Order: sequence, then C-alpha cells, then structure tokens
Amino acid sequence: MDKIKMDEKNVLEVKNLKLYYNTSMGQVKAVDDISFFLRKGETLGLVGESGCGKTTTGTALLNMPTPPGYIAGGQIIIDGEDIVPIPEKEIRKRIRWEKISMIFQGAMNCLTPVYTIEKIMMETLREHRDMTKDEAYDRMVKYLNLVGLPEHILKKYPHELSGGMKQRVVIATGLFLEPKVIVCDEPTTALDVVVQAQIINLLKDLKEKLDLSFIFITHDLATEAEVSDRIQVMYAGKIAEIGTNLQVYGPQGPAHPYTRRLLSATPKLHEKVEELAFIPGTPPDLLEPPTGCRFHLRCDVSMPQCRLEEPPLVEIEPDHYISCWRCSR
Amino acid sequence: MNYENGKKENIYEIKNLQKWFPVRRTMKEYLNKEQRYIKAVDGITFNIKRGEIFGLVGESGCGKTTTGKLLMKLLEPTGGELVFNGKEVTHLNHSSLEDYRTKVQMIFQDPYASMNPRFKIRDVLEEPLLIHMKNEERIKRTERIKKALAEVRLQPPEEFMERFPHMLSGGQRQRAATARSLILNPDMIVADEPVSMIDLSTRAEILHMMKSVQRDLGLTYLYITHDLSTARYFTDTIAVMYLGRIVEMGDPDEVIDNPLHPYTKALITAVCEPVAGKVNRIKEVPIKGEVPSAMRIPSGCRFHPRCPYAEEKCMIPGIQPELEDTGRRHSVACFRFKEI
Repeated sequence: MDKIKMDEKNVLEVKNLKLYYNTSMGQVKAVDDISFFLRKGETLGLVGESGCGKTTTGTALLNMPTPPGYIAGGQIIIDGEDIVPIPEKEIRKRIRWEKISMIFQGAMNCLTPVYTIEKIMMETLREHRDMTKDEAYDRMVKYLNLVGLPEHILKKYPHELSGGMKQRVVIATGLFLEPKVIVCDEPTTALDVVVQAQIINLLKDLKEKLDLSFIFITHDLATEAEVSDRIQVMYAGKIAEIGTNLQVYGPQGPAHPYTRRLLSATPKLHEKVEELAFIPGTPPDLLEPPTGCRFHLRCDVSMPQCRLEEPPLVEIEPDHYISCWRCSR
Repeated sequence: MNYENGKKENIYEIKNLQKWFPVRRTMKEYLNKEQRYIKAVDGITFNIKRGEIFGLVGESGCGKTTTGKLLMKLLEPTGGELVFNGKEVTHLNHSSLEDYRTKVQMIFQDPYASMNPRFKIRDVLEEPLLIHMKNEERIKRTERIKKALAEVRLQPPEEFMERFPHMLSGGQRQRAATARSLILNPDMIVADEPVSMIDLSTRAEILHMMKSVQRDLGLTYLYITHDLSTARYFTDTIAVMYLGRIVEMGDPDEVIDNPLHPYTKALITAVCEPVAGKVNRIKEVPIKGEVPSAMRIPSGCRFHPRCPYAEEKCMIPGIQPELEDTGRRHSVACFRFKEI
C-alpha cells in the first residue's frame, strides 16, 4: 500500500476534516473543515467551550464518531495512512488502540462495573495480541506499575477503587498496546485538584518515558497551560488560534480576541481581581451558524468584513496560526 | 454593604454540627449490636454574618454539600445546634419548617436537572408562591415573577416566562434558578456549586449577577464550591473542609496568599494557573494519596496519614486539633501550624 507523504516531524496530520451530525432539525456542522497536525513527542491542547467540537474532533481521530455523526470529508493521516476510508473492522484490528488510543472523560463510566480490572484489561489485550494468559498478565502488571498501581488491583472491581485509581487503570488500558498517539478527553475534569495534579504529573512522566504524543482535550485554559506544548483553541466547530504555550500564555498574550477574552475569564488564584471578565452572549447555534467569522457576534473588535467573509487560518509568526480578519494583518 | 465584618450580626450560628449516616449492618454487627457510621459532617462550628458571602471549599467527599443540606433543613442533624436569626432551628416541626423555607432558599448545582422540563419558567417560579402564599391573587403572583426575572436580568421577563427550560442556555437556566430562589424574598441563599456546570466564558457573568443581586437585596449566601479561584473572587469569608471538619477559615485573601494548614497549602499548589513556562515541569504535590473514606476516619488529626509534617502528637487517638484564631481574621486547626 502506498504511504501518504507526511512531514517527518509529524505523527498525525488532519486535513480539512468535516464531521456533521444529521438531526431532525437539520445538519449540525460540529467540526467544519479544520486542519492541524501533531508533532512527535508533543502535547497538543484542544480548548474551547462546550459544544465547540473538541470532543467531536477527538472521537473523529479514532474514526468513531458518535451517531448520528459521521465524517463528511477530509483526511486523518497516521503513519502515512489515511484512516477515514478504512472499514470499521480493520480499524478495530489495526488502528484503534494500536496506533491511536483514547482516555475518556468519565473514568468511572468506561469501566464495566461487573468485571474485575483484570477481565477488563484482558479483554482489550487478547483481542489484539496472540498472548498466553501468563504473558498477558505480566504485561498488565508492567503497565499498572508504570501508572503507579500495585498488582493486587487486578482482582478488584471498579467500585472498590477511588476516582484517581480508576483514571490510572484507564490510562494503563490506553497505553498497553503501545500506541503512538493518545487522545485524552478531559481526563482530569471529574477529579479533585490534588488527584488532578497527580494525574497530570503521571501523563508528563509517561510522555517522557514512552515517547508518546498526546492530544489533550479540556475546557480549562489553566490546565492546558501546565500540560500542552501547543494550544489549539476552537470555537463553534472552527479553529480560532493555534499557538505555542509561550505565545498563548506569555507576556505578549494570545492574538485572537476569543482566546484573549477566554483567558481573561479564567480565574487566577494568586491575583486579586475586583471583577472577573466574561464574554457576553452564548456560542452560536450550529444549526444556523452566523455568516462570516463565527465569533463576530460576541467580539468586541469586529469589523464589517467579519460579518461577511470567513477568515482563513493564517500563520502570523512561526507556529502561530490565527483566523481573524483584524489580527492577521 | 461595606461595614466592618466584626460589627455585623450573625445571621446563622452553627455549633458543633454533626451528621452521621448509619451504614447497613452485617449479621455479626447486628448480633453484637454494633453500628458503623459515615461521619460526613463531624463537629463543625462557624458563624455566617448578615450580608456576607460565606464560602465552603473542599474536595469531593469532604462534607460540604451535606453541610449545605443540613442548613437547608433537607437533612436532620445527628448532633449540634443551628441558630438562625436568633432562633433555634436544629429540629423543626412541619409548620415552622414551612416558615423557615421562606427565609432560606437554595440554588442547585445542575440547572438541567433542577427544573421540571414540562413546566414553563413561569410555572417553575410560581410553584413556591403557590405553596407559601396561598392567598395571593394571580395577577400579583405574575408581578412577583416578573420582578424576580428582572432582578436576574432575564429580559424581557414576559418573554422568558413563557419559555420551557430546554429553550434556555445553561447560564439562563441558572439565572432562572436564582430567580426561583429569590421569589419568596429570603434572607439567605445556599448555593451548591452554582457555576460548576456552566461554561467558562459565562461563569463569571453568573457570579457577577449573583453578587449584584446580593448587594441590591442585602442577601446572605452560603457558597459551596470545590474551586478555590472563584471562591477567592466571590466570597467574604472562606472555610476549607477536610473529611467533615473545617481545617482553616478566614479572610479569602489571607487564606489563599498565606495558608497555614498543610492541607490548604497542598490544595493551593495543586491548582493549575494559566501562566506560561510550566510545561514539561513536574509539579511538586506535597501530599500523597487520596482522601480516606469517611467510614474509617484516622484517629488524632484526621489529616495526619497524608500530612508531610505529621508528628507523634498528631496521631494520639481522641485528640483532634480545634480551630485556633491567629488574629488577622484567620483561624486554623493544626497542632503544628506555628512551626511549619
């Protein structure tokens, strides 16, 4: 099979991805023509409000859109191979969990309550690998130790574990087929702050040890500042801005008005403010997205052009992409 | 509402409040007449002053929601005393409870689940009036509903009254929920994580609205949250809970900038901040492990198994650190806070 040419530094490339939901009310363009890439060994953060398409993008990367969603177009290239046209059966065998895996939001909800941890993990492992039970067991123990859990966990049921431990089990399950890319969908949102910090440390540690690349989805710009090398801000199914950690959180501040305002709405613990900033209005209804720039209705620096034409994603400085008429000049 | 905090009278006094939930017994325990408890709230004492916003902060399972429910009289306390507006309200009969509920109202966490989907906003807001003000005319009720909706800036009220909950966004629903709690002109509102389900961009807008309503009407809030950053911005007094007890309490700026209890210190270091240059650096989290179960509370200071500074004196069974005033409107429950 011919390999599609990719940039050497990249492990994943997404080109013009479109993901639509067909509903009785009409078509919802949850992800509308976005392109981005993930470099080897980096963490790309996907941020945005709820309904901006970040989780939808995440599930699309594994080619498993939630029905009634479907991938309407575009390419997802992993390892020189476009996974969009590959049939489901083959995806299950070769791609999902082998090359790209996902850590879901509610760790408590993705472990079957009536199975022991051993059975849950064994199921994934034996589906994919020809292993004897002993080999599989050794491997499970190895990965559990890697995420900081003792061996006896295997005999327990999910309800016997705490939230942080369950999240660690899910991370181990996502890792042990040695994928190159891991999509983390809000892995820390349901956890307490101390446990959250522990899990973030664990992910950073694993990234170093196993040479992984992460896509880290969250709604919280503060968490993103601590984990992601590059930040991709999404708004209403489009990419608003992609920048490095320094470009977004540094002294110069982000370039896109949406990122700027989202960042100022993020409360900072060690800063005394009288009034927290907020963005008036709500994200647009994607059944009838606004014309032109999708943010223009809530933007404080919009121009007449913003209402008429959609701004393209342009590179304003190395590694810094932005889609805004006012700021790209 | 800018008087000195010390001069304000207490609207609510909570004295040694306890709530123990019994655990289902095994046969052996039944025969031995033993009973185990989950000590969700285990002896907390604090005062809420009239016109202030009191913040209760803690991780999940620390008893902050149980405290809120106890103050709402949704749960009967196992022990302790509650004094509201100078009157004892620890145990109330049906009619005085009805009276009490017109004074204390609640805003729930989930604006999607706290409203009947078949009710219009008008019906949602009318419900408390139908229960508590039976003799009022319909026109007057409508007036009150409009006034409450205008107070939470759901404009125009006539239009919002005729909408169903699903036609509102999360933020608008939480506004409507606030309007519902305001409609009986209460003195105090218990808000249990009112913004945790709301998008970041509108979260501040809701807090802003709640604060201005509080100032306009001179209300008192009990604000329950796990989020230290919003608590700092929103509250006048903050109390940090751990396993059913208050470990630190005081002025929010003072507690956050100058934490004294090792648990509060750990919480504050663990909070993520949107600042550059923190990637690829492993953050030092001083405390290990997770909160133990409230069924098996460690003896002595209940934080000692996770505390990096624990000494022998912290582990003596039966002796727990009590809240100690340090001056500067700041008190802490730790044996060793002066040394660490």
